[in-house]
Parts: sequence; structure tokens; C-alpha cells
Amino acid sequence: MTDYTRHLDQPSDAQRQLITPEGVDLRINLGSASQRASAFLIDAAMIIGIMVGVTLVYALAINGLRAAGHALNIKWDGEDLARELFEMFWLLGFFILRNGWFLGFELGPRAATPGKRIVGLQVAMRNGGRLSADALIARNAMREIEVFLPLTFLLYNAAANVDGWIVLLGLLWSGIFALFPLFNRDRLRVGDLVAGTFVVQAPRRRLATELTERRSAMAPAFAFSPDQLDVYGVKELQVLEDVLRRNALAAQRVVADRIRSKIGWTPRTGESDGDFLDAYYAALRTRLESRLLLGKRRRDKHDTI
Amino acid sequence: MSPAPFTTELKSARFRREREEDWRRLEGLLKRLETQPVSKLSDEDLIALPVLYRATLSALSVARETTLDKALLDYLEGLCTRAYFVVYGARPRLSRRLTRFFANDWPAAARALWRETALASLLFALGGGIAFWLYGRDPDWFYAFIPGGMAQGRDPSATTESLRKVLYDSGPHDILAIFATFLFTHNAQIAIFAFALGFAFGAPTALLMVTNGCGLGALLALYAAHGLGFQLGGWLAIHGVTEIFATCLAGAAGFHIGWTLAFPGEKTRPEALAAAGRRAATLMAGVVLMLAVAGVLEGIGRQLITNDLARYGIALTSAIVWGYYLYVPRRRREPRVAI
Repeated sequence: MTDYTRHLDQPSDAQRQLITPEGVDLRINLGSASQRASAFLIDAAMIIGIMVGVTLVYALAINGLRAAGHALNIKWDGEDLARELFEMFWLLGFFILRNGWFLGFELGPRAATPGKRIVGLQVAMRNGGRLSADALIARNAMREIEVFLPLTFLLYNAAANVDGWIVLLGLLWSGIFALFPLFNRDRLRVGDLVAGTFVVQAPRRRLATELTERRSAMAPAFAFSPDQLDVYGVKELQVLEDVLRRNALAAQRVVADRIRSKIGWTPRTGESDGDFLDAYYAALRTRLESRLLLGKRRRDKHDTI
Repeated sequence: MSPAPFTTELKSARFRREREEDWRRLEGLLKRLETQPVSKLSDEDLIALPVLYRATLSALSVARETTLDKALLDYLEGLCTRAYFVVYGARPRLSRRLTRFFANDWPAAARALWRETALASLLFALGGGIAFWLYGRDPDWFYAFIPGGMAQGRDPSATTESLRKVLYDSGPHDILAIFATFLFTHNAQIAIFAFALGFAFGAPTALLMVTNGCGLGALLALYAAHGLGFQLGGWLAIHGVTEIFATCLAGAAGFHIGWTLAFPGEKTRPEALAAAGRRAATLMAGVVLMLAVAGVLEGIGRQLITNDLARYGIALTSAIVWGYYLYVPRRRREPRVAI
């Protein structure tokens, strides 16, 4: 029983207070470690993809020019120049992508890189304040020791002329930085700690339909007695809401049968599970909300108010 | 037993219908703000934004007490959070931020971290001194400080003539900008790395400072042994003043973080660290700019200017400029009121 109530009363481990100056707690949720990792991998893949793509285009262009020059019997001596210019462009591009990709996107109005947007995350100051450029610089410069330091040790190993023990020790040491988010409550990586930021969930939700305004929810054929409505509390109501919104017919049948047997409801001929659930949801919500207005929140079916 | 009333409408549903339009309007405004600059918004919309935000926030408080529609609560929470970050997270324009950075923040950060900068410079000089001294005892020490690839033939076995040639040669590249770019990206990445390593209580940063100094000391000792010390000085100093200064500042930024992590002082450790990290990051932005200048001086300036005295002249000028800009306090202008 306690495990039910805990879910509703106490914020989950991932929930944090963010109280606006107007005094309302926004109850934001932290991004989980797996979300953070996937966001980073998406960004890394994009960066690598861009670099590989640009290099391929350059190689094709040079080959094309060479072939064309050969075919037309024109001597083209700009190849070395083109290569050097490309090297410069590549070096600068890689530097800017490596250091500027995260910084640039997080400075933007959504405070999130493309990877974070896809996963539904954004960066925010832990104190709720304004996200400043210096915080984002600090946050992203630290990636050098979180990602590139362990990578360097891995590459050392590939180079093979460094003692294995040194590589192992180095990996262990740098692994502390890489795995930092797993060892603290707020899922802070080293960069977050140094910048005073954290990464929170920022899902884009659309305003869903009002279930009680569905036609079947209003059907007078369904009249439930208070006894039949007093069987459940808020938690069950919201599970029912979830089932209705997901529109999964198999789940609806199971839930409808379960509720019918629990409240002793004999289905009329031609009564569909969906209609029954719509009507029961509307009736239950009406009852629970009218009691809520009197200050009585019945948390779940075990709650006795 | 009377049947529950179905015909009377749910209060929460009516509440939602009455407010829904505002929420959708706020959502539309937020979407536009995320894709276009604030200046594109009409005055009417700009005035409406905070009003709609507060209305939606109060709707959230009411909804939490009156509705059991989970999807609606989630929607309002998400919308309010987005709006909160837009309303309270609005940043000044880029031009104003840049002005503030150059006029105030960067020099202020450099001055605030003068102790760390002194420490980094000391370690750098220490490394240089040790390498110079060791070279005097046995030139073979050179190989310990400068790996074969980096030496490019400049080692104790080289002739004076070949050593001199390096100092006035125009380098391996046809286009000098390429050399400058290479130098800049390479040095800047190392500087950022040294800064980040500061998190490990500054120890690796200290090591980097010393080894960097050692490389310089060994090179100086080698050239001095061939009577080319003065010439090498010009060759190094033209960009070295800027570059070594930037390196020491990067080390200082790293030390600042490492020190604060170990000794947070009166604030809590996370608070102190966040403040230190941001101050150090401001300095690091300046360091990257300095290294860009150093890259141009080394990659282009040094290749074109082969007169020793001119090289020393540029070095002296850059030392005065950086020193004056970063350390001489200016009269504070009245802080403008943020609008």
C-alpha cells in the first residue's frame, strides 16, 4: 500500500523543485542517464557525419576535377593549393564543431543541442536563473576530460607502445570523469558541476482532448451509483485515463471486464468496452473532483476518506 | 441511491475550455520565439507574453487543486516551464554581451585570478629553468624534453648553420594562413584541455605547465650553446609573449577550479565551484582569442618578419598591450540599467 501512495505523494527521485518568482513550483524532471547518453551519441554521430560528409565531397570534387582535366587534356596545377586550403578548412571546421557545436546550440533559445531536442532535454541553471555564456563555456570545455581524455587512453592502447598498466590506470582515472553522472543524485556531469547547470526534461506535449466531452461519456444509458464510484481513487482514475488515451483495444477489454466485475455491472446488449470506460471515467472523475473541491483527495482505492 | 449527475458539466472541463485559447496563444508565441529573433515579434505579442505566462501559471496552480486530468496537468507543467525559461531566461543582445565581455568581464576575470596566474607562470618558468640547467650538465637531456618528431632536426647534434636556418626559413607551407590555422587550433585545444584537467585538483595542469616550460628551456639552452640565444629569443618572443601568457592564463583557469574544488571556502562546494567555473570560463574565452592572435603572429608574422629587432619590437608591444588591457584598472563606467 505504501508503495502506491509514495508514487503520488512524494516526488520521484528525478523530480526537482523549481519555484518561480510567482511562487509556483514547476516540478521539473531531471534527464535520466540513458537519455543523456543517447543525446550525446546523436550529437557525436552528427558531428562525425558532417566531417566525413565534407571530406567525401572534397575527395569526389578533386577526383572529378582531375578526371575532367585528364579528359580535356588541360593541365591543372591547383591541386596542392586546393589540398592545403581544404586542410585549413578541415582543421578549423573540426575545432569549431568539437568546441562550438554544443556551445552554440545551447546558447540558442531552446538551450539544447539537436541530440537533446530529439530526446526531449534542455540545459538549465540549477538555481533557476538565466543561462549565461560563461556557464555554457565551462560546461562544454569540461567535455575534454570526460570524453576525449578516456578516448586518448584508448588510442594509446591502440598505439601499443605504451605499457598496458599505464593505459589501464589512465582509463580507470579518466573513467571517474566520464561516469560522474552515475554517482550523484542530480545526474550532474563534471561540466554541470563546474557550471552550476543541470539537464532537465523538456518534452513538447500537445494539449490532449478532454475525455469527459466524448459523446459516449455523456450517454445517459450509463448511470453509476455512488457505491459503484467509491471503489476507486485518483491513481486508478489516472491509470484509466492512460488506457483510454492510448486507445489500445485489448487493454480496454481487460480493464473494462475488471471494473465491471469489481462494481457488479451487468453489460447491456451491444454495450462496447470503450463506451463503458468513457462513461465510467467521466462519472468517476466528476465524483472525485467534486470531493477534491471540498479538500478531499482520495489518492487510491486503499485511501479511506 | 440517486444516480450521479451526468448532465451538469464538469467544472474542470469548463475551466479548461475558458482558458484553452490563452494557452494555445502562449504556445504559439513560444514556438515563434524559438525559431526567430525577438525583434521579429510585434509589440502586442511582446506585451502579451508575460501576461499569458502568468495566466497560464495561475491556471496550473488552479488545475493542480481542481482537475484530475493527468494529461492536462502535464501539458500545463510543460508549457509553464518553457515559458518560464523564456520570460526569465531572456539574455541581452549579442552585441551588448560582447561589449561587456571585452570592456569588463575578461579583464576582471584575469585580475581576479592573478594568484593562479602567478603560480602557473612560476611553474612554467621553473620547468624552463630546470631544463636549461640540465642541458648545461648534459646535452642529452634535450631528448627527454623535446620528442624527436617535434625537434625536426633541431637537436644537440645539429650544426649551427642548420639551427640558424630554421629561424629565418619561411616554413613548410605555401599559404601562411594554413600554418597559422594549424597552430591556433592545436594550441587552443591544448589550452582547453589544460583548463579541463584543473578539475583533478589542478595536478595535471601543473604538470602540463612544467613540461611546457621544459620544452622551451631545452630549446633555449640548445640555441644558447650555439651562440644563437638572442636570435632564438626574437623568433620565439614575437608570438611567444602572447602564447605563453595565454598558456599561463589557461593554467590559472584550471588551478582556479581545482583549488575551489579542494577548498570551497564559505559557500557550499557546488555553489563555490559553479561560481569559480564561470569566472574561469570567461578567462578561457579570452585565452582562445589570445591564441588566435598568437597563431597569426607565429604563422604569418614570424615568417614574413625576419629582422630580429622587429621581432623583439612586436614582442614588446604585445606584452605592453596585454599587460595594460588585462591588468591596469580603468575608470568604471556607470553600469547601464538592464532593461
